[in-house]
Amino acid sequence: MSFLFPVGLEHYLALSAILFAIGVYGVLTRRNAVGVLMSTELVLNAVNINFIAFNHFKHPEALGGQIFSIFVITLAAAEASVGMALVVSIFRARRSVEIEDINLLKW
Amino acid sequence: MAVQDIFFYLLAGVIVASGILMVTSRSIFHSATFLAVVLSLVGGLYLLLSAEFLAAVQILVYVGAVVVLIIFAIMLTSHIGDLRISQSNKLSPLAAIACALFLAAFVPMLVKHPWGQVVAATAPEGGGLVGESNIQHIGTALLTTYAFPFELVSLALLVALMGAIVIARKDPEA
Repeated sequence: MSFLFPVGLEHYLALSAILFAIGVYGVLTRRNAVGVLMSTELVLNAVNINFIAFNHFKHPEALGGQIFSIFVITLAAAEASVGMALVVSIFRARRSVEIEDINLLKW
Repeated sequence: MAVQDIFFYLLAGVIVASGILMVTSRSIFHSATFLAVVLSLVGGLYLLLSAEFLAAVQILVYVGAVVVLIIFAIMLTSHIGDLRISQSNKLSPLAAIACALFLAAFVPMLVKHPWGQVVAATAPEGGGLVGESNIQHIGTALLTTYAFPFELVSLALLVALMGAIVIARKDPEA
């Protein structure tokens, strides 16, 4: 059990990888378009945990990891807003946001 | 075994459990709630990593704005659905196997890799509340070293705002 304490960089990286895998599973399997976008937010949060963990453990006096995470949060919010606008627009046109029903471009 | 370690495991456990519940829930409303739980607890994790400003930004922006936006979209686009219909599509066994393989490949490598000497964070000289906080350094850095990406991100936010309005508005009656 000695690898469990003290909590170091590896633990945060493992947590980030697990959260990333959960997010990717959500992106691949959700039938609702909003569910896919929510799982994308999980992926972005996993990446943020990675950046800030590296910043804290390897270069506590530098700020690059946290600055990058600020940008990731900002762009994730922008992407979520455009994504939700698209979902609302699709719902208006097709009365459904199930991924299987949005299939006009399928061969 | 410091108190921070116990908090880390508590937070990590609830984060992973809420994440799994979020991607397997049958109700999209429940998924949004679990997402809010995950995002706030990740903010708590940032506090453990001595990123106070990031923790506040995470709660404000993610939980306070993005989750509210998601709930708006859910309210505007969902029928009161049948809870017996599963929200996962036909790919779920294959996706589960693929994600499990990904974890089996990555997590041992991440844990065993010699990441080198971890640098212990030094305590602020003033001690306690008097010490310099992150916010000052981040603010200075955003306006000096990282001024160009900062302006670009502002531009990206403006473009996203305009794009969302244009995409989501009703077609004007000709």
